[in-house]
Amino acid sequence: MAALVGRSSTHFETGSDVYFERGDMSASQPSATAPPAVDPRFDLLETTMKRLGYSKSALIEILHSAQEVFGYLPNELLTHVAKRLKLPPSQVYGVATFYHQFSFTPLGEHICTVCMGTPCYVKRAEDIINQIQATFKVAPGETSADGKLSVRAARCVGSCGLAPVVIIDSTVIGKESPEAIVGRLQTLLQTPQEVAR
Amino acid sequence: MKKVDLAAMAADELHNRQQHRCRVMVCSSTACVASGGVATRQAFEESIKAHRLEGEVQVAPSGCLGLCSLGPLAKVLEPGKPGTFYHHVHAPAAESIVAEHIVAGRPQLEHKLAADTPFFTRQRLLVLDSAGEINPERIEEYVARGGYQALSKALSEMTPEAVCQEIRNSGLRGRGGAGYPAGAKWELLRNAVGEIKYIVANGDEGDPGAYMDRTAMETDPHLLLEGMAIAGYATGARQGFIYVRAEYPLAITRLEQAIRQAKRHGLLGKSVLGSSFAFDIEIRIGAGAFVCGEETALLASIEGKRGTPRVRPPYPTERGLWGAPTMINNVETLANVPHIISKGAAWFSSVGTAGSKGTKVFALTGNLNHTGLIEVPMGITLREIIYEIGGGIPGQRAFKAVQAGGPSGGCIPAEHLDTPVDYESLQALGSMMGSGGMIVMDEASCMVDVAKFFMTFCVDESCGKCIPCRAGTAEMLALLEKICGGKASKADLELLEELCDMVKHTSLCGLGQTAPNPVISTLRYFRQEYQAHLEGYCPAGVCLPKGAEVLAR
Repeated sequence: MAALVGRSSTHFETGSDVYFERGDMSASQPSATAPPAVDPRFDLLETTMKRLGYSKSALIEILHSAQEVFGYLPNELLTHVAKRLKLPPSQVYGVATFYHQFSFTPLGEHICTVCMGTPCYVKRAEDIINQIQATFKVAPGETSADGKLSVRAARCVGSCGLAPVVIIDSTVIGKESPEAIVGRLQTLLQTPQEVAR
Repeated sequence: MKKVDLAAMAADELHNRQQHRCRVMVCSSTACVASGGVATRQAFEESIKAHRLEGEVQVAPSGCLGLCSLGPLAKVLEPGKPGTFYHHVHAPAAESIVAEHIVAGRPQLEHKLAADTPFFTRQRLLVLDSAGEINPERIEEYVARGGYQALSKALSEMTPEAVCQEIRNSGLRGRGGAGYPAGAKWELLRNAVGEIKYIVANGDEGDPGAYMDRTAMETDPHLLLEGMAIAGYATGARQGFIYVRAEYPLAITRLEQAIRQAKRHGLLGKSVLGSSFAFDIEIRIGAGAFVCGEETALLASIEGKRGTPRVRPPYPTERGLWGAPTMINNVETLANVPHIISKGAAWFSSVGTAGSKGTKVFALTGNLNHTGLIEVPMGITLREIIYEIGGGIPGQRAFKAVQAGGPSGGCIPAEHLDTPVDYESLQALGSMMGSGGMIVMDEASCMVDVAKFFMTFCVDESCGKCIPCRAGTAEMLALLEKICGGKASKADLELLEELCDMVKHTSLCGLGQTAPNPVISTLRYFRQEYQAHLEGYCPAGVCLPKGAEVLAR
C-alpha cells in the first residue's frame, strides 16, 4: 500500500491520501477526477447524495450514480464518497468491489458484452468470446490497448429466448454466429477511421 | 380516492377504447425490442396513418407476448374476437398486416400464428394474464381490467387476519425456489413484535437463464404493487421495497412510473384508497451479485452493505431491515396475490397439484424449436412443456437433459420426462423448481462441461464469507477442469463426490448448500459421461475428442 501513497496524479482535495491499492489502477493512467471546484461532475454527484440525504444505506445507489457520471470508479472518487457519507473508505471500497456492476478502470469507446448465462452457454456463447479474443486480442474484462474496445462477459441479460445474446453499445443482438459478431465489431471499429480519412 | 373512482376510471378507459375498432399491441419487452420491435411499432403507426385510420385503430406497446424466439411479435385485438398473433413482424410485415387484416378484414396468413398453437393453448395465464392485453405504462388500462379491485376488497371487506388466512388457504408457495408457504410467512410477519415492519419484493433474478420476474415487472408492474400493498395491509407493514437487478433497466423504469401513477391516484401513500391504511414503495437497485437473491444477503444490500448472508435464525420476519421485522417475497409470489384476493382461495387452489397450487412461470430456453416465456399449471409434465409447448428439439438431434433451478438445480434426463412439475417431484429428482429457468440440452451438450459451467458460476458468485463455499467450490471446479481435460483419475472423482457432500452440508447459505447440485445430479444420471472423460474421451465431443475419434487414432 505504501507504494501507492502519494503517487496519485490528481490534485483533488481528498486525493492526497490514497487508501487503496489496486493493480489495475495504474498511476500513469489519466484520472477521471479533477478538482471539484472546476469539475461539474462532482456537482451532479453531490446533488444525488443530497437527494438521498447523505444516507449510508444509499451507498450502492450513490456508487451507481458516481459511475454513471464518471464512467468508472477511480480510488479518489471512492475516497470522496466515503468522506461525504462519513463512512470508512474500507467499507466503500469493500462494497464497490463486491458487486460486479462497478468498474475501476475506464471503459473503451465501444463496449461489447457477451452474455454467458446458461442458455447462451448452451448455444455456444463461448465460441463468440474466443473469436473476439482471437481477432481483437481482448479478453473478457479487458479493454484494447488503443482504448477502442472493451469486452465484457455478462451473467445473464434476461433475453434468453434470443440466445446467444451479445450487446454492442446498448444494442441487443440475438442469434448471430461468432463470425457475424466479429464482422459487426470490425465494421464498428473501422467506421470512424474511414470517416477521418 | 374511494372505490367509486376506480370504477369511474375503468369506465372512462373502456369508453375511450370503444372509440377504436381495433388495437395493435406490439411487444415491447426486451427480447422483441432486440429483434427490432421499435421499428415495428413505428411501421404500424405510419402505415395506419397512411390509411387514415388513426381515429379507428390504436397502436400500443404491450408486455411480453411470450414466444420470444419468433419476435418481433404483435397481437391485433378486436372487440368480441380472440386476439390474432403475428410473428416475425418487421416493418414490411407490419404494413402488410395493416393492409390485409385491418383494411381488408382478412388475416395476414404469412405471419399469422395459428390460434391452436400448443405454445399458447397448453398455457394457463394468471400472473401474465394481462400480457398482450394492456399497455404496461398506463394505470388506466390496469384498472380497466379490474386492477386494484383486490386491494379495495381487502381494505373494505376483509380484516388483515382474514387476508392472511385467505393466502394460507390458497396454498400459494414461494415462487423464488424454496416453496415456503406464503400464508405462513405472512402470519409470521403479522405476529412479529414491532412498530415498524417492512416488505421486500425480491426481483434479484440472478439465476442465469431466468427472466420470469423481469417479464412480470415489465409486463404488469401495477400487479406487483397491488400485491405488495395487500401484503402490507395483511401484515402491518407500512413500507415496501422492490429490489431489482441493475441489469433490468426497462423493469426499473416501468416500476418507477407505476409507483408515481399509483401515488397520484391515492393507491399508495398516506391514505390508500381513502382508508386509514398507509403504504409506500421504494425501489432499490442491485449491483450484480447472485448471492443477493438469498434473503439475508439481500437485506444487507438494501442497507447499502456488501451482500453477504448471515446465519438464520433470527429469521428476517423477526429481525430484518435495520433490525425491524421484514418479509421477503419473490416478485411472482406477490403477483399472484391480487388474483387470490379477488377470485378467492378456492378458485386459486383448483389449479395445480395437491401440494403445489396455481401456476408457474418458466423461461423455456436452450435447444428447442420455440423458446420464450411460458406460464403453466402446476402438475404439467416436463414432456408436455418440452415437446408440446416448446415444439421439441430442432434438427435430428436427441434430447439429453433439461436443467431446472439454475446453479442450485439439477439436470433431469429423458427417463424422467413424465414427471409432473411441482416442488416435491422436482426435488426428488435432485433438481428444484427454482425461480423458473428451464434449459433444454440436446446430445451436443456435455454434462460434465455443464457441471463445470455452473461451478465456475458459483466460484465467481461465492461471497467468500464461509470456507466450505469459498474454498470448496474452487476445489470442485479444479477437479471438474481436470476431468474435462482428460487428466483425472478415479480417485479424483471420489474426491469430487466427497466435496459435494461436504459443501452441501456445511455451507452457510443457500448458495453454497446447493452449489454441488449440478454436479450431484449429473453424476446421478450421467455418470457414464464422467467415466468416459476418465478414459480420455468426451461423448459429446465438447471437452475432448469423441470416443470414435479416439479409437480411430
